[in-house]
Amino acid sequence: MNYINQKEVIKRMSGRIFLNGLFKVIFLLATLFALATLGILIYRMVTQGSEYLDADFLGNFSSRFAEKAGIKAALIGSIWLMAVVAPVSLLLGIGAALYLEEYASKNKMTDFIRMNISNLAGVPSIVFGLLGLTIFVRSLALGKSVLAAGLTMSLLILPVIIVSSQEAIRAVPNELREASYGMGATKWQTILKVVLPFAIPGILTGCILALSRAVGETAPLVVIGIPVIVHFLPEGILSQFTALPMQIFDWAKRPQPEFQHVAAAGILVLLIFLIVLNSIAIFIRNKFQKRY
Amino acid sequence: MKNWKYLMMTSVIGSALFLGACGNNDDSASKSNNGSTEQKADASQKLEGKISGDGSSTVAPIMEAIVEEYANEQPKVQVSVGVSGTGGGFEKFIKGETDFSNASREIKDEEAAKLKEAGIDYTEMKIAFDGISIVVNKDNNWVEDLTVDQLKQIWLEDGKDKKWSDINPKWPDEKIVFYSPGTDSGTYDYFVNDILEEKQLVKSVTLSEDDNVLVKGVESDKNAIGYFGYAYYLANKDKLKVVKIGGVEPTHDTIESGEYTPLSRSLYVYVKNSAIKDNPVMYDFMKYTIENAGEMAEAVGYVKTPDDIYQKDLSALEALK
Repeated sequence: MNYINQKEVIKRMSGRIFLNGLFKVIFLLATLFALATLGILIYRMVTQGSEYLDADFLGNFSSRFAEKAGIKAALIGSIWLMAVVAPVSLLLGIGAALYLEEYASKNKMTDFIRMNISNLAGVPSIVFGLLGLTIFVRSLALGKSVLAAGLTMSLLILPVIIVSSQEAIRAVPNELREASYGMGATKWQTILKVVLPFAIPGILTGCILALSRAVGETAPLVVIGIPVIVHFLPEGILSQFTALPMQIFDWAKRPQPEFQHVAAAGILVLLIFLIVLNSIAIFIRNKFQKRY
Repeated sequence: MKNWKYLMMTSVIGSALFLGACGNNDDSASKSNNGSTEQKADASQKLEGKISGDGSSTVAPIMEAIVEEYANEQPKVQVSVGVSGTGGGFEKFIKGETDFSNASREIKDEEAAKLKEAGIDYTEMKIAFDGISIVVNKDNNWVEDLTVDQLKQIWLEDGKDKKWSDINPKWPDEKIVFYSPGTDSGTYDYFVNDILEEKQLVKSVTLSEDDNVLVKGVESDKNAIGYFGYAYYLANKDKLKVVKIGGVEPTHDTIESGEYTPLSRSLYVYVKNSAIKDNPVMYDFMKYTIENAGEMAEAVGYVKTPDDIYQKDLSALEALK
């Protein structure tokens, strides 16, 4: 008895192989397209910006002369900004995710909160800027300070951190928790010693993406009214400052064509800043990934 | 496990210490700021303090140059200037968030009323001249000279598509493509209020807060027309063609002499009176601004005002002190 209709199989074989090949090509093209775009962007930035990218560029304040213009105020300002955003958003974000996943009872209220957090992740950044302007800059009278901008940025990236941390915590096998409880550990001990170490690579992946977004985001800063002409460094979190994307935006708007190249050099600095930030996170992530 | 705990503790304690330290830092900074405010300003003495301003992107290049030079003279004075556009700048000025506001048009009545309501007295200082330049594409060989009436005819909305031939039958039968600065800019306000007499600008216009977008737009379309500050035209002279208005081309000389009219306009700084009175740093900075505005304006592509205007600004400033 024939279980397989050989003729039918042979007839469809070439079609199946063709489809297989076709999709392989389509996916390859999709990847190449993204890579090519990135490649062209980096190539343009490097060819335009490299002539301005030197020690002076990092050590000078901005200037009306393209040759003398530097990114010091913006770079240090962005570092200050991240020094506020990173602890605030990570502690609040991971804390909220732990509560929602580990402590909150599964009822309609929790579902409602979860749904809203997911929705918040899709709210345009300019809306968070307006929120920050009303609450932090004006109501709490923090002014156009590092703190006000940092808190606004934290609000902006919190939903992303919460959602991705939740996913990572949910992926921890329940058996691990049960084993921990079985050994007599309390809930907090279980979270600290079993759940978090297991989930940390996943949590960090989300955090890397979120923090990178906070570094590059311009719209909320524009709405808050962060100044761009700044010839001093911030002295504290209540000091005024400027940030990398604002400075790049300002240079790109200048009439003199040389400033387009200065802006390109600024973008290179921003990219390098992002890479450094990300590699620190990836380093931590890999350290933990090896252990499980 | 140890490692993990260690990492967490260090990061928590570290960030707490860091933030704590920052807070202290700033307290002492603001205290010393108050301290210096109490002393009377002395020209030879190094001043310390904070000034914040915001406003027009047209004025920004002049301000940037002034702030840059001033930072060499008084390195401990922190001057920060935002670029939110004339309207956006006034909004912050009304809220009391800034000490001065840059503007590329005169203050509007409604803005002045709101300032009065907020109890903020201000003084207007003219710091430079600018000529709004009407530009067309390099390949545009038909438009040389426009009258103000023709400008209105071109830029006012009349409910149908505009063609060059509508303005002058000899011109090509092609749709006009419009580029204009965004609604937050003083250039837009000046053009619509003073030239178009507050009537509706064509609806098919492309608005952008970034004047380089306008330059690129006009540069790449044969039927395009646009307008922006003189500095942008000057920097892109070889890519664009400027249109004469009533026979006068915008140049340094025609703008300075006032011959290029009605598109010549003053650039302003609006200063909060109380800031000058209470903050010696602010007085010193404004004095420096007025004394150097002409030179800096010329350096970045604008035109200085006649000396007597700067003298008037200075005496107004002295009266406020």
